[in-house]
Amino acid sequence: MGIEVVVEGLTMSFGKQNIWQDVTLTLPAGEVSVMLGPSGTGKTVFLKSLIGLLKPQQGRVLINGVDMVSSPERDIYETRKLFGLMFQDGALFGSMTLFDNIAFPLREHTRKRESEIRRIVMERIELVGLLGAEGKLPGEISGGMRKRAGLARALVLDPQIVLCDEPDSGLDPVRTAYLSQLLIDLNARIDATMLIVTHNLDIAATVPDNMGMFFRRNLVTFGPREVLLTSDEPVVTQFLAGRREGPIGMSEEKDAALLAAELDNPATLPPAPRVIVPQLEPSPGLPPRAAVGRRRERVLGMLDRLPHAAQAAIRDTYARDGAAYTLPKRERITGSGS
Amino acid sequence: MITGALRQTGRLFALAAEVTRAVFRRPFQFREFVEQFWFVASVTILPAALVSIPFGAVIALQVGSLTQQLGAQSFTGGASVLAVIQQASPLIVALLIAGAGGSAICADLGSRKIREELDAMEVMGVSPVQRLVVPRVLATMAVAVLLNGMVSVVGTLGGYFFNIILQGGTPGAYLSSFSALAQLPDLYISELKALIFGFIAGIVAAYRGLNPRGGPKGVGDAVNQSVVITFMLLFFVNMVLTGIYLQIVPPKGG
Repeated sequence: MGIEVVVEGLTMSFGKQNIWQDVTLTLPAGEVSVMLGPSGTGKTVFLKSLIGLLKPQQGRVLINGVDMVSSPERDIYETRKLFGLMFQDGALFGSMTLFDNIAFPLREHTRKRESEIRRIVMERIELVGLLGAEGKLPGEISGGMRKRAGLARALVLDPQIVLCDEPDSGLDPVRTAYLSQLLIDLNARIDATMLIVTHNLDIAATVPDNMGMFFRRNLVTFGPREVLLTSDEPVVTQFLAGRREGPIGMSEEKDAALLAAELDNPATLPPAPRVIVPQLEPSPGLPPRAAVGRRRERVLGMLDRLPHAAQAAIRDTYARDGAAYTLPKRERITGSGS
Repeated sequence: MITGALRQTGRLFALAAEVTRAVFRRPFQFREFVEQFWFVASVTILPAALVSIPFGAVIALQVGSLTQQLGAQSFTGGASVLAVIQQASPLIVALLIAGAGGSAICADLGSRKIREELDAMEVMGVSPVQRLVVPRVLATMAVAVLLNGMVSVVGTLGGYFFNIILQGGTPGAYLSSFSALAQLPDLYISELKALIFGFIAGIVAAYRGLNPRGGPKGVGDAVNQSVVITFMLLFFVNMVLTGIYLQIVPPKGG
């Protein structure tokens, strides 16, 4: 089972520029979470802070009792072995073939024999659909392939916590849909805690158990997916609908005057009602996700503290799921959620 | 401005300390060390030999003409050999290691850094200092020591050749003055200098490579700075070492 990640009061600045402040959230063990946010709101910085690559000025990131912000380097290095991080562009070693890249963590951290390494690596290569490309150098393959190779490398040590930095960027919609399914299948298989940072609405609508969003140097919200999907915060509605009208401007924020002018103009209102698309299920043949049951307990336990719209949506989802458990589900067409 | 410079200096020393600690931490990256050793050696051997012949010659000619004016021709050999072994040879080695090996190391680490390869390595729980920097620093140190031996020999032979053939010195006087003035500690300090210079060249190259500022252009700047910083440090440290050596080791026959 995955490990819980507890973030408390995290504040990060580069020099005078504040990136985000006082971020507090808990990634529930074994569940899939998605962090949304317009470009440039520090999502990647957040990811790198979780794993201790960047050191926020305040706050804590607790994993198994180790604080990734201020614990001794030795503990942090130990704890990092629990992580798999998929970088935005793969971050593969340019001088090694894909096979050696993916085998790297195994060769560094385990004493496995080469034949066994080969078996594990080829299995991961097959998982991400790169069979036949294992002898190529990262410079010889497309961006999407590099990304998938990066994912394979992140998975090779059976991580307890998987972090994905924009897994969809540079992928076409079909590949993105496959990748969404891959992430859910992965969660069913290894039951790892997963955090996906993205601004892809399809992934946001179909993959996560929990969702959060960054905007204006703050965490707008974090909680069960229904909370964000039913939220009527202007930022959230604008982002999920992908519209120009709302507080998010081209350069991150709009000024107040422009926003007021927009609100006065009735043509730009109202937003279309959102439909909550059902979450993806693991592919047929895989075990059910252990996280589903745990999440159900957890969410039902906190139900009365959630907004009304979210409560209704959660009851809806579970009512539908209750019926669906009897029917084996096939893959669904993923809608954009708007 | 001043605090900035101090902070950089402090971080440079911190890296030096970290590398020193990591040298003794298992597992040692033997393969990486051999590859880097071979690389640094292959880019420095030929230029070092080619530079050391004329350098030895220049020193021999200069010292020869000076001793002639003073009427001490018989000591030409000893004087020029000491100058080559103690000063010229470690400096030639260090300049070549920094210029040819260090710049390549800095560029390599810098481009890995901006491609996030080093971050990826850290995320996988592998320390880039232990995995990449330690073998490189040890390689520059080892090459510096061995290359110093070669440059000393080539430089001395060059000086001998020019003194005997061009200045009409006698081989016997050259060799006897050599053994009259030179002593083993001169060779030791020469090798010690080479070792320290190799360390400095490796550390500075790694430090600038690990901290490039702002994209590919930053890597270029880092390489440039690493060479300049190394040169400045080398001459300063050389002065200090020479001063200490001359104080604590009594000259032969003095």
